[in-house]
Amino acid sequence: MRILTLIRQVLDAEESVRVRNGAVELEGSKLVMDTMDEYGVEEALRLREHGAEAEIIAVAVGTARAEEALRTALAMGADRGIHVVTDVALDVIALSAVVAQIAKTEQAELIFCGGQQADWDSQGLGAATAERLQWPQATWTSALELNGTMLVGKHEADEGSESFEVALPAVVTTQQGLNEPRYPTLPNIMKSKKKEIRKETLEGFSVAPKLKISGVEIQVKERLKKILDGKDAAAAAAQLVKMLREEAGVIG
Amino acid sequence: MILIVAEHANGSLSKSAYELVTAARGLQREGGVTALVLGSGVVSVAGAAALVADQVLVADTPEMAQYDAEIWAAAVAQIATEGEAEVVMIAGSRSGREYSPRVAVKLDAPLLEDVISLKDEGGVLHAEHYTYLTRVTERVEAQGAVIVATVKPGAFAAAVPGSSVAEQFDVDLELPKRRLVITGSTKEKTGRIALGEADIVVAGGRGVGSAEGFTQLVEGLADPLGAAIGATRAVVDAGWRPYAEQVGQTGKTVQPKAYIAVGISGAVQHLSGMNKSKCIVAINKDADAPIFKIADYGIVGDVKEIVPAVIQALRK
Ligand SMILES: Cc1cc2nc3c(=O)[nH]c(=O)nc-3n(C[C@H](O)[C@H](O)[C@H](O)COP(=O)(O)OP(=O)(O)OC[C@H]3O[C@@H](n4cnc5c(N)ncnc54)[C@H](O)[C@@H]3O)c2cc1C
Ligand SMILES: Nc1ncnc2c1ncn2[C@@H]1O[C@H](COP(=O)(O)O)[C@@H](O)[C@H]1O
Repeated sequence: MRILTLIRQVLDAEESVRVRNGAVELEGSKLVMDTMDEYGVEEALRLREHGAEAEIIAVAVGTARAEEALRTALAMGADRGIHVVTDVALDVIALSAVVAQIAKTEQAELIFCGGQQADWDSQGLGAATAERLQWPQATWTSALELNGTMLVGKHEADEGSESFEVALPAVVTTQQGLNEPRYPTLPNIMKSKKKEIRKETLEGFSVAPKLKISGVEIQVKERLKKILDGKDAAAAAAQLVKMLREEAGVIG
Repeated sequence: MILIVAEHANGSLSKSAYELVTAARGLQREGGVTALVLGSGVVSVAGAAALVADQVLVADTPEMAQYDAEIWAAAVAQIATEGEAEVVMIAGSRSGREYSPRVAVKLDAPLLEDVISLKDEGGVLHAEHYTYLTRVTERVEAQGAVIVATVKPGAFAAAVPGSSVAEQFDVDLELPKRRLVITGSTKEKTGRIALGEADIVVAGGRGVGSAEGFTQLVEGLADPLGAAIGATRAVVDAGWRPYAEQVGQTGKTVQPKAYIAVGISGAVQHLSGMNKSKCIVAINKDADAPIFKIADYGIVGDVKEIVPAVIQALRK
């Protein structure tokens, strides 16, 4: 069986966001594989370690720099990569057309996708891809096992969590808690350098963005930052309650 | 026509449905607002929707007793196509954000996710939504014969029911088979006010020390304030609190009047779920904790001393 794990390269969560010319400036910032995607790669590796015979293919659609994130996936243990190189910012509906076409050519049976992108905060790619392939999906997955061709797991729904069963082929979206992603070891990093990353161009897929980004702004709500020293707990508490009552008016 | 999918829970129309009506009315399209109610035994829900929408479509069938992404998407896409909807609006709940991409693909429509504002300019929809873990506001434009949008809970005011009652129509749907089989569920009911609806949220982090510490300090402070309880991922992972209380990127998003963070460091993933709160209060022993950078009020000190003192002060 072939498993695709989708990889998105995003700004490291610890980096501060800078805006230039109406767009988020990534030049000179540390970019990493989206943590949500680490869970996907890890889960694919675990399924294999638990007996599934699988080839694991990491797929990224993005700028030349996204190759670094693919290399990380290969260093974790994915077998090979596919990199659709483009500077075009594709929204998830357009992106899903690319991913679905790759899934078809690769005859994949399982796709891991991050539950929420750390850059666009989008949650849509997994479902959109599943729809294009006419596959079912499990989102916000927090536990997973493969019994034959049946995926058995747990996921978060509107109220509380649910256990589910779904037959392959399927799309699974990840979330924190699904597993603890491994760190690439030095020997594996060395090995990964020899692994194949197939480059493709976006032209081959005939897709165009469905959304136009017209600008971004960093949201800065000025905060009062009235921070009291708590050495005298009673005095600080009394003053805090007074401020919350009289100044902020948030408590009765 | 604008189609809104009216969510409901436990037999009543959800707050999000009223918010969708407001968002939809703001677009001032001809043909008014049509509410679609999907479920089983939803007569009272449809009745409530009829007090805010211009027309109500109801699919009341046992097949829809339980939510399923594929079934919901098929239903919504069919109604949108038959009714020639120009905009399809869906609540930005976990389920709404799960099936809406399928609707967009079926309709070959652009998808606007989790919008906080929506304007119509000559047929082009201009929306704003948060990106970069809620640190950035992005403006996007969508154009087309039909556009699908999910709306962030709490971003629009709830529509107020009027005195006129819209007509209701039953619809017949062709639904796919359920493929994701739900074999069990744990509904986390706390008996407290819901996180998303509370004016005040008291949230605890690893700094409260233990499950008992959480009960004592966080619940102890929440009770006199009538507040909802929130928790960090660290606390949920440790098993001190249920996942339903988690606030952040992979938990709930809240924007109460006051968010009181107790022993929380303020990691970006946590801030993503609460940084739009009107007033943020932090109690942490580390003066350099990132939470203080976005706090309006705070006390640097040990939660074990400060929180009991605050509870005392509230009694006065
Ligand atoms: C993909 C991803 C998604 C995530 N999603 C979420 C999410 O949805 N929600 C979430 O919360 N996190 C999430 N996280 C985890 C997040 O990065 C942090 O690890 C987490 O929020 C830390 O929780 P905390 O503040 O309770 O713990 P810590 O970071 O350990 O902070 C504890 C704080 O308590 C203070 N403290 C300790 N003892 C005392 C005392 N006696 N008195 C006063 N203060 C004290 C310390 O100074 C410290 O600041 C996610 C992470 C990833 C990678
Ligand atoms: N350009 C991309 N290339 C490959 N995978 C992507 C890309 N964009 C998004 N993804 C995947 O989609 C996840 C979240 O997307 P979504 O489900 O649309 O929110 C990411 O974390 C990745 O797994």
